[in-house]
Amino acid sequence: MADIMTPALGESVSEATVARWTKKPGDAVRKDEILVELETDKVSLEVAAPADGVLESISAEEGATVEPGAVLGRVKEGAAAAAAPAAKPAPAKAPAAAPAPAPAPAKAPAAAVLAPSAQRIAAEGGLDPAAIPGSGKGGRVTKADALAALEARAAAPPPAPAASAPRELHAREERIRMTRLRQTIARRLKEAQQTAAMLTTFNEVDMSAVMALRNTYKDAFEKTHGVKMGFMGFFVRACIHALKSVPEVNAEIDGQDLIYKNHYDIGVAVGTERGLVVPVVRDADALSLAGIEKAIGELGKKARDGALALDDLQGGTFTISNGGVYGSLMSTPILNAPQSGILGMHKIQERPVAVNGQVVIRPMMYLALSYDHRIVDGQGAVTFLVRVKEAIEDPQRLLLDI
Amino acid sequence: MSQYDVVIIGGGPGGYNAAIRAGQLGLKAAIIEMRETLGGTCLNVGCMPSKALLHASELYEAANREFEHLGIEVSPRLNLTQMMAQKDESVSALTKGVDFLMKKNKVERILGKGRLAGPGRVEVDGADGKTVTLEARNIVIATGSEPSGLPGVAVDGERIVDSTGALSLAEVPKTMIVIGAGIIGLELGSVWRRLGAEVTVIEYLDRICPGMDAEVAKTFQRILTKQGVNFRLGSKVTGAKAGKSRVELTVEPAAGGGAETLSADRVLLAIGRRPYTAGLGLETVGIVPDARGFIETDHFRTSAAGVWAVGDVIHGPMLAHKAEEDGVACIELIAGKAGHVDYNLVPSVVYTTPEVAWVGRNEEQLKAEGRAYKAGKFPFAANSRAKINHETDGFVKVLADAATDEILGVHILGPQAGELIGEYCVAMAFRAASEDIARICHPHPTRSEAGRQAAMGVEGWTMQA
Repeated sequence: MADIMTPALGESVSEATVARWTKKPGDAVRKDEILVELETDKVSLEVAAPADGVLESISAEEGATVEPGAVLGRVKEGAAAAAAPAAKPAPAKAPAAAPAPAPAPAKAPAAAVLAPSAQRIAAEGGLDPAAIPGSGKGGRVTKADALAALEARAAAPPPAPAASAPRELHAREERIRMTRLRQTIARRLKEAQQTAAMLTTFNEVDMSAVMALRNTYKDAFEKTHGVKMGFMGFFVRACIHALKSVPEVNAEIDGQDLIYKNHYDIGVAVGTERGLVVPVVRDADALSLAGIEKAIGELGKKARDGALALDDLQGGTFTISNGGVYGSLMSTPILNAPQSGILGMHKIQERPVAVNGQVVIRPMMYLALSYDHRIVDGQGAVTFLVRVKEAIEDPQRLLLDI
Repeated sequence: MSQYDVVIIGGGPGGYNAAIRAGQLGLKAAIIEMRETLGGTCLNVGCMPSKALLHASELYEAANREFEHLGIEVSPRLNLTQMMAQKDESVSALTKGVDFLMKKNKVERILGKGRLAGPGRVEVDGADGKTVTLEARNIVIATGSEPSGLPGVAVDGERIVDSTGALSLAEVPKTMIVIGAGIIGLELGSVWRRLGAEVTVIEYLDRICPGMDAEVAKTFQRILTKQGVNFRLGSKVTGAKAGKSRVELTVEPAAGGGAETLSADRVLLAIGRRPYTAGLGLETVGIVPDARGFIETDHFRTSAAGVWAVGDVIHGPMLAHKAEEDGVACIELIAGKAGHVDYNLVPSVVYTTPEVAWVGRNEEQLKAEGRAYKAGKFPFAANSRAKINHETDGFVKVLADAATDEILGVHILGPQAGELIGEYCVAMAFRAASEDIARICHPHPTRSEAGRQAAMGVEGWTMQA
């Protein structure tokens, strides 16, 4: 008899939901055959059969929440695998793509200072000291605060069920439970909106110069570097250039502090079948144009293959989202918390523009920068977009670092 | 003409602490004081000399009454001249200390009587007869207070004295009448009683020490009576006739009734103090004091731009440490900082034996406010240290909110109450609950344990009584 165990789920992930069983009890299974899919806040992963035999029992039904090490079910080894297909055993897959924006590392809450009486009340009442709002000097938690927290908990409605009484379905409607991944996306997007003072500023950029550069050198570039010359590389470079002159956009708010980041890890939103994922190009400021293109290419492929690892998704300092690939002309991207800025690229469209008093047709793209106004001033945000625009319209600036 | 950031008029605790803070914050400051010595009433003719006499007379009384019981046999003889001399030495050392603090903080000291002379100007009539004009961006009035007078009772400094006179009587009177059962009257009355006078305290109200928790005041009066102080409460003094060696007082019941005559060798008039603003030139900047002489302020700002006031000349308890808080907060506001004083947390102390000290609300106030509270009480008779020292009079009373247990007021009648109250000042500033004090380890054996036991009493778990 072999247990099917819940594997380790990755850093700071403590539980997963059983998404789907691919076999029923009694079905024959082969070692390494995928038996069950799990979803966490960050990734989905598949668990394979530990041995050849028959799936004897399932102890964690679909929808159940499990912790690492928990038993999902059992395989009776060597049992008659009468109907066992000769299918090639699937290799254990790396965690599939997670559409969630790069998660914030768990923050250590500021140590709560509790009065002796409040310590007793928290201990006896099972309150989380860090979760009691303190009204005393320097945010200290007084007895009154602890008593109020106790009362608030007593008054709070019992969790979950009452709150989400499902509404009745009408005809021609169907109800599908949101995956954990979708729930996470929903929660994090909403959190970003509620936390940040989010604002979007716009500009437009004439793509002529970059397009001309690409036309001239694309063959030589690909021959030399083995990667196609795209526009993303230019935009990543332009953004790093702009981030250096407006460092607030590359910073985040942590409690009462600002954390400035002297590294440039740029998240690049990639569309996949399961949703949007934002893998991170590490230390993009140290990469050449070709290096950036290569990194984006690799991450994109991993995303489409569902092969992104948690590490690929964590710790970005700034994000670029390109709605243009779907034809979007203008959008207001939502911040990838706790980051303070996200650049929205859009469709390149030929438009008449005035250049030196003449109406000319130019390939134009609207740019949007959504930013957290708590940390980035309007001037900084506008300056950032102007820097990006200048660099794209005159890419020699990137060479000269001006 | 010199230009200052701050000119402070008055060198008492309000003024000199303001000056120190101004110096610390880098303001160009001057302090004007008409006395030769800084320190104001407190250092020169108030808290400090009275404490010197209270301490000395307490030891004298202990030598007379308690030493024998402790197994120490002495025959003490009073040397009043020396007692006064040591008092003056201490006071002199303290005022020199203030001078040093002015130098250390680069505050210019100007001797003379200062007065406002229009916006931004202060004139000083110097001791040398010359008048100097100072220009100041900010003027802080810290002129303090003076003893209040009573119609029909003329202070002559000889037979009829105020608190200043009572600090330097040349001999111990056989009999003394103190008019006013407030803190000053009871402290100085205690001094002279211990030194041998028969003291009678006459008070208009039917209780002593208005502002003190009524239960404490009642017990306090009983203890003082036991010590030999006579009280005539609910009595009004309508006239005084000072003769060569006696004073005759006309006294009537406050509620009305027939007058009688009381006589004593000396009379101390101690019915309170009033703001001192005479000749200050308030009219030159348009400040009009209220009916009782106080200058109205909004966080120390007077109605005149650039003119501030602190201490006894503004509302609030007329206490040196309150003036000190005012002075510091006022200067911080002038310097653009966040100066603030919580007047609910200004403690009061009576330096008698036993002492009385309190902070926050008393029971009468809480009842009047309709606030639900719980009280915990602990007698010093059950405190081991107090018992060992034969200082068992009095108790600690802690008042806390009935729902949140936040400490609302603490009242201590007992040995070293003035020192003990500090713990509760800190606790209340941090909005502590009685349980917080009850759960904090206190040293044994000390009087401070009585404070903890009283805190336990609020929630009914006093352990040692």
